[in-house]
Amino acid sequence: MALINPKKREVQVKIVYYGPGRGGKTTNLEYVNEKFRSRIHSEMVTVKTYDDRTLFFDFLPFDIGMVKGYTIKVQFYTVPGQVKYNATRKLVLRGVDGIVFVADSMTLRQDMNIQSLANLKENLAAFHKNIEEIPLVFQYNKRDLEKEGIPILPVDVLEKDLNAQLKAPSYTASAISGDNVVVTMKRIISMTVMSLREKLELEGSV
Amino acid sequence: MDFSFDFSKKQLEFIEDVLTEELLSIGVQLVVLIDLAGNVIVNLDNGRCHHDVYSLAALAAANFGAVSAMANIIGEEEFSLLFHKGETDSIHFSKIGDNMLLLTIFGKDVSLGFLRLKDHEVNERIQSLLEK
Repeated sequence: MALINPKKREVQVKIVYYGPGRGGKTTNLEYVNEKFRSRIHSEMVTVKTYDDRTLFFDFLPFDIGMVKGYTIKVQFYTVPGQVKYNATRKLVLRGVDGIVFVADSMTLRQDMNIQSLANLKENLAAFHKNIEEIPLVFQYNKRDLEKEGIPILPVDVLEKDLNAQLKAPSYTASAISGDNVVVTMKRIISMTVMSLREKLELEGSV
Repeated sequence: MDFSFDFSKKQLEFIEDVLTEELLSIGVQLVVLIDLAGNVIVNLDNGRCHHDVYSLAALAAANFGAVSAMANIIGEEEFSLLFHKGETDSIHFSKIGDNMLLLTIFGKDVSLGFLRLKDHEVNERIQSLLEK
């Protein structure tokens, strides 16, 4: 859960980019880090394996300004997408306030997306959290591959596979070129902060 | 199970006083109380230390989680004390209650034994605050 510090009037919010391996979670954060470099006061932390895959997580702190008199510090995390790193994914989800599910649009990754979403539900349930109640945004990444002749899934198939019941906001994107990366980020921030508004109003009145 | 903390301004001031009295006073450079999600609850330094506290907190929480998973493999519930020794500076971690960690960064001029003793006192004082 978000940590509210009434003394510093600061809120720390944890947003996690989740999804299958090699889906573009790290690329999303790298783009944000590059694009907003002047507003990010520290280096992006990344714990990688020898072959440049995310081992533990990427971490990017981002100050978004004030809401209801509180400074909002957003902490972006990614999880390692590879199936074998589930223990690590679970650790990163601890205390999560909002989630971006980065799905891979490539046709051959269809099952991986579905499995990863099922894994997210399961891991949230371990923390007694319900995927239907947490702020969630879907990003259908790698849309640029279509131009290179690589088969990609139509958006309605991705929606049917992943978002038929959840009906969360969704965006097509190309993290590598930055297309819709910021839009996705802004949407999850606004949904997550909105979910905290009530709590902030209560704190403010104490 | 997930957790959430709601500290009042008064409680945070009490914690800052405890950390100043017990740890900064013996020469510790930086002390950070975090939760296991990697959020910073309180951070204090000696005025000459400019580390990236938020990144440290994220990595420390992850490190503690990884070491706890190792503990489980060998049949331990957790390792409640962790210590990383550097050439000039070292980091000491201790668990406070069920869901908090205290990170202490200190140089060669502070003895590890004394620091552990002080950490224990901090732990007891913060725990008693939370039980009230």
